[in-house]
Amino acid sequence: MNNKIIKYVITDLLRNRTILVYTLVLLALSLSIFMIEDNTDKGIASLLNIVLFVIPLVSIVFSTIYLYNSSEFIALLVSQPLKRQTIWLSLFIGLATAMSLAFLVGVGIPTLLFAPGISGITLVIDGLLLSLIFVSIAMWTSVRIRDKAKGIGLAIMLWLYFALIFDALLLFALFQFADYPIENLMIAVCMLNPIDISRILILLQIDLSAMMGYTGAIFRNFFGTHSGMIITFIIMLLWAAIPLYFSTRFFKQKDL
Amino acid sequence: MVVGISHAATIKVGKQYPVTTIQQALEKANDGDTLLVYTGHYAEGNLTIEKRIMLIGIDRPIIDGQHKHEPISIRTDDVTIKGFTIQKSGHSSMADIAAIKIYSGKNISIEDNILDDNFFGIYLQGASNCRIINNKLQAYGKAEHLVGNGIHSWKSNNIIIEDNEIIGHRDGVYLEFVTHTRVERNLSHNNLRYGLHFMFSHDNEYHYNTFRSNGAGVAVMYTQRVRMEHNIFEENWGDAAYGLLLKDITDSHILNNTFVKNTTGIYMEGSNRLQIHQNNFESNGWAIRIFSSCMNNTLEQNSFVQNTFDIATNGSSGKTTNIFTGNYWDKYEGYDLDKNGYGDVPHHPVSLFSMLIERYPTAMILFRSFMVTLFDRTEKMIPSLTPENLKDEKPLMKLPTS
Repeated sequence: MNNKIIKYVITDLLRNRTILVYTLVLLALSLSIFMIEDNTDKGIASLLNIVLFVIPLVSIVFSTIYLYNSSEFIALLVSQPLKRQTIWLSLFIGLATAMSLAFLVGVGIPTLLFAPGISGITLVIDGLLLSLIFVSIAMWTSVRIRDKAKGIGLAIMLWLYFALIFDALLLFALFQFADYPIENLMIAVCMLNPIDISRILILLQIDLSAMMGYTGAIFRNFFGTHSGMIITFIIMLLWAAIPLYFSTRFFKQKDL
Repeated sequence: MVVGISHAATIKVGKQYPVTTIQQALEKANDGDTLLVYTGHYAEGNLTIEKRIMLIGIDRPIIDGQHKHEPISIRTDDVTIKGFTIQKSGHSSMADIAAIKIYSGKNISIEDNILDDNFFGIYLQGASNCRIINNKLQAYGKAEHLVGNGIHSWKSNNIIIEDNEIIGHRDGVYLEFVTHTRVERNLSHNNLRYGLHFMFSHDNEYHYNTFRSNGAGVAVMYTQRVRMEHNIFEENWGDAAYGLLLKDITDSHILNNTFVKNTTGIYMEGSNRLQIHQNNFESNGWAIRIFSSCMNNTLEQNSFVQNTFDIATNGSSGKTTNIFTGNYWDKYEGYDLDKNGYGDVPHHPVSLFSMLIERYPTAMILFRSFMVTLFDRTEKMIPSLTPENLKDEKPLMKLPTS
C-alpha cells in the first residue's frame, strides 16, 4: 500500500461531482425520512430499503466506472517502480474510504443523531460493510473484463442478482421445499448474499416481536447469539476480502 | 348477628402471651372471635379453620408449611385472613396443596398477605362471595408440572380478585367454572404458563390488569359474556405465546386494552359476536390473527401502530362476516379528500406476505426484502390471494387520542 496513491485517489474522488451528489441525496433522504417519521424504528425501516438498494448499486457501478476511467492512470503507475499489489490495494482503500465517507455523512450521521439505538448502529455498520463489499466486487469485475461497456453491464447484472433475483430464487426454492425442515439451510443460503445478511440483521432489531415466533426464533437463535454474530461478521468481511483477493491475483498477472 | 358481635372475644397469640400457637388459639376460639397473631415464626403443620373467625397478623407473622404441609385450610364460612406471610407449602403431584385453600365456603376475605414459595397460592373450590385483595404471591417454579397456579378457583361464583401481584406460578390467575367474578388491577407477570387462564367461566369482568412476560400470555376458552377492559398485555414473546388467546369465546366485549410487544396480540379461533373496540396494538409481531372460524365480530376504533403484521388470517376465500370499521392503521396509504376524518378508499389490512407466512413460515427470512415489497405492492393493485372482503371501509386518518 502506498500512502501517496491512497491520498491521491481519495482527493480525486472527494472532488468528484458524483460522490458529492450521492452524499447530498443520501443526506436529504435520511433527513427527510427522520423528520417525517416520529417513530424512529419506522424511520429505520424506510431507510433500510434505501441502504439495501442504493448503497450496493452506487458502490458497484461508480467504482467500476471509476476504475475504467483511470485505466491510463493505472497503466502509468504500473510503469513506475511500484509493486502491482500495492497499486491495486491502494486503489481499493481509496475507493472504499470515499464510499464509506459518503455513506457516513449521508446516512450515518443523521441515523446516529435521530435514532441512536442498536437498530441505528446496526444499520450504519451494515451500510459501511455493504459499501466495502460492493467496491470489492467492482474491483473484481473491472479487472476481469477489458471492455468498459461489458464491465459496467456485468456490474449492473451483479447488483440486480444480489438485490432482486437472489431473493426471488430463494422464495421459489422455499415454496418447492416447504415440506422439509429447511430453516437452518435457509440461514446458510442467506450467507451467500451480503444484502440478505444485512437485511436479516436489521430485521432482528426492528421486527423483534415477530421474530420471536417459531421460524423467527430459529433465525434469532443463530443471529442473536454472540457466536452467530461473530460468524456473520466474519462472513461479511470475507465477502469484502475474497473478491479483492482474486482481483489482486488477477491484476498481478494482467497484461495491461 | 348483633348478638354474635357482643360475644366476640379477641385472642392474642404470640411469645409474650399465654396462647403461643395459632393451633391453640383455633381450639379456644368461638364463632365470631378475632385472633390477633403477633410477629413470629409459626411452623405448626396444617391449620384447619372450622370456626367463623378473623385471623389477623400484626407485624407480619410467618406461617411456615416447611415444604410438607398445607399451611391453612378453610372449611367454613365468614373467615378473614389478613396480614400474614405464608410460605413453603408442601408440593404434591396427587393433591393440590395451597398456601390457603378454601374447601367450599362463603364470605371469606384474604387480604394483605405475602405468599412466598408455595405450590398453589390461594385455592378456592366451591366458594362464593369471597374477596382476595392486595396479596403478593411469588413462586419459583422451574417447570410447569412442578408448580401450581397463583390464584386458582374452581366452581365458584361472585369472587372479587383485586390488586394482587402474582409472579412465577404456573398460571397467574386460573378460573374454571367460575361465574360473576371481578378481576381488577392485578399484576401477573413472569408466570410459567398463562398470566390469566379461564375456561367455562361466564359473566366475568377483567379490568385494569397487567399481564406481562408470561410464558404463553393469556388464554381464555369456552366462555360467554366476558368483559375485558383497560387491561395491558405486554411482552408475551414466543412461538406459542399470545397477548390474548381467544378460543370459543362468544358475546363478549374487549375494550380499551393495550397490546404491546407481543409476538401475537390477539389470536382468535372459533370466537363469535365479540366487540373489539378502542384497543391499542403497538409493536406486536402480529396484532391480530383471526381464523376463518370466527364470525360476526366487530373491530372498531382500534389503533394499529408499528406492528410487523396488522391482521393475519388463514382463509382467503369465502365471505368474512367480521366487520372492521373506523380503525386507525399506520400502514394506510389512502387519502381523505372530503376531510371527514376517514380515508376515502378502503384499507386492506392483510398483506400478501402475511398470507405467505401463514403457509410458509420460513419465508419470514425474506421479510422487508425488495422482492417481497414488490409482491405486496402488486397484490395491492390487483388483489388475488388476499381476502377481498376483509377490509376497513372507513379507516381513520389520525391516531385517536386516548
